[in-house]
Amino acid sequence: MKPILEVHNLSKEFLIGANNEPYLALRDILANPFKLLNQPKKEVFKALDNVSFDVMPGESIGIIGRNGAGKSTLLKILSKITPPTSGKIICRGRIAALLEVGTGFHPELTGRENIYMNGSILGMRKWEIDKHFDEIVNFSGVEKFLDTPLKRYSSGMQLRLAFAVAAHLEPEILIIDEVLAVGDAEFQKKCLGKMDEVTKSGRTVLFVSHDLGAVQNLCSKSILFEKGKVKVYDKTDIIISNYNSSINFQTFNNGIININRGLLKRITLTSKNKLVNYIEVGEPFKFEIYLNIEEFRFIDPVIGIVLKDMAGSNIIGINNKHYDSRVLECKSKNSEAIFSITFNTFNLVEGSYMLDVYIGDNFQDIESHKDCLVLQINDSTKSKFNLKPNPTYNKIFYSDISFKNI
Amino acid sequence: MEYTIEPKSKFSLGIDELIQYRELFYFFTWRDIKVKYKQAALGILWAILQPLAMVIIFTLIFSKALKVETGEVPYPIYALSGLIIWNIFSAGLTSSANSMVNNANIIKKIYFPRLVIPISSILSVMIDFSITLVFYIGMLIYYQDVVIFSNLIWCLPLSILLMLITTFGLGTFVASLNVKYRDFQYLLPFFIQFMMFLNPILYNSNAIENPLIRTIMKYNPIANAINLNRAVFIHSPVDFQGLIVSFFIGIGILMLGIYTFRKTEDYFADIA
Repeated sequence: MKPILEVHNLSKEFLIGANNEPYLALRDILANPFKLLNQPKKEVFKALDNVSFDVMPGESIGIIGRNGAGKSTLLKILSKITPPTSGKIICRGRIAALLEVGTGFHPELTGRENIYMNGSILGMRKWEIDKHFDEIVNFSGVEKFLDTPLKRYSSGMQLRLAFAVAAHLEPEILIIDEVLAVGDAEFQKKCLGKMDEVTKSGRTVLFVSHDLGAVQNLCSKSILFEKGKVKVYDKTDIIISNYNSSINFQTFNNGIININRGLLKRITLTSKNKLVNYIEVGEPFKFEIYLNIEEFRFIDPVIGIVLKDMAGSNIIGINNKHYDSRVLECKSKNSEAIFSITFNTFNLVEGSYMLDVYIGDNFQDIESHKDCLVLQINDSTKSKFNLKPNPTYNKIFYSDISFKNI
Repeated sequence: MEYTIEPKSKFSLGIDELIQYRELFYFFTWRDIKVKYKQAALGILWAILQPLAMVIIFTLIFSKALKVETGEVPYPIYALSGLIIWNIFSAGLTSSANSMVNNANIIKKIYFPRLVIPISSILSVMIDFSITLVFYIGMLIYYQDVVIFSNLIWCLPLSILLMLITTFGLGTFVASLNVKYRDFQYLLPFFIQFMMFLNPILYNSNAIENPLIRTIMKYNPIANAINLNRAVFIHSPVDFQGLIVSFFIGIGILMLGIYTFRKTEDYFADIA
């Protein structure tokens, strides 16, 4: 089978001069007549630098990377909005790009008129819009306002209508840029559900997002961009851990992480009475949190941690108020106070997890340390399961589940 | 379906793509018309009221006050026959020249053949024109003593065609420059005003004596389109030599406009 999308050595350059304008303006010459003789050297900025990759039909590919990594430029080239400087793309299917929802919406037109306008700009034929019209209206939930001008819609209603039109596009390749960042939670869920449906229906989807959780849910494979280049192209799980490691999360070194920020000095990890860098699935372990006592003046300290998966979804959030009736005390030893958090049974599956640490008193958080370390859980014994639990469906496991014939 | 996306190497008109996206012409034109007359109580009636008001004003000033000579043809129909054709130029040029900038938000977010935008903006001007045309024909019937109706059948369409070619050529040319240099947006009203006085819209071209201006008038497409439209009146011969030359000039302007537009359209999204 041939790839539906082949990207070969794609580059896009922009000239960036001192004034950042791609043209010579008379007002600048008047302001500084010597500039003509003495033009600042134009610098070439490579938004995309020799990018190559293939996408097979039916794959859904996540595109992640930091701001300015070239994601949006790639999408603009794929959607033919701007041409590449060099290289080429071979497409074997119709592309529809959603770089924005509601392109071409006009406030003076009614909802009905905007559905037709927007649909046709997105590349739908009139009969296609006619065919899907009722579905679009149902999906958007604005039936009552269909003949009201768009300017009287709430922004949420406009967005729902816009996404509803876009969701009914039927191209072979669908390109989506961060459109899910808006809308209320219920509608976001609906959108994700619809996108999931699209990916499962065998269409090819390219999805750019900063929401790693959404990428993980929708895309089996991902491309990580860095400074206009493809850094890694692999399974999404691998990409996400790669992306996170590129943001320099700290990991345990000889069982210790030095933080030295605010009150938090360092954290150690102990398992089976030894300092360790990672823990085994199901083994008890202990964090020791070292605080700087001289700055610690709370009578009633509250220490809390939140464990998250690498896509940023919370898994466990605990503090001593919730889990332990005893009140902690600040005992100073060499101007350090040490608190320990012991997990006797721990049911997280193999993988990497991020940890937030919160330090506070009875009333409020004094300090919060977000994403201050990465905890690695390994499964080297493999004794607990017949088969490894599928990480897509399992974040935690229960060891006492049994299946029986009745 | 297989196609490639790569840096554009050779020039093409992209006609097949325009045909593929033909429905967009309809939707853009329809949107322009809808938006133009939304929240106007009189709606599309303005397409008649505007030229009517112009004719009344010009009749009062040029005919009654300044006593401009138009031969046997009454001034109101004489002025309207010029204004209706002139309006294709002034409204068409203004809207097509600004169309790319006005639709920059769409251009930056979605691809379709860019020529759709200036073409649709002129199409919506033509919708207005067709409404005005009804009014114009009515006036011609009212003043039928001075009208040769058999001339109308060929003069009017040819006149419209010449004006459209010129307007569209100039419109696409300015539209593509306007994306880069917004100065054209400010220059355009002066240019149009200048053209209005330079061309025999409100007066008879025979009234001009300066040889240079006479030569300009003989060959420029705007003057020729207007004079051609006035060939429906009695004792108004057509200057075929000037007309043919001006058609070639019009086609030249059209080619220049489309060429400039197609050459630069790829970068509209980068600089708009």
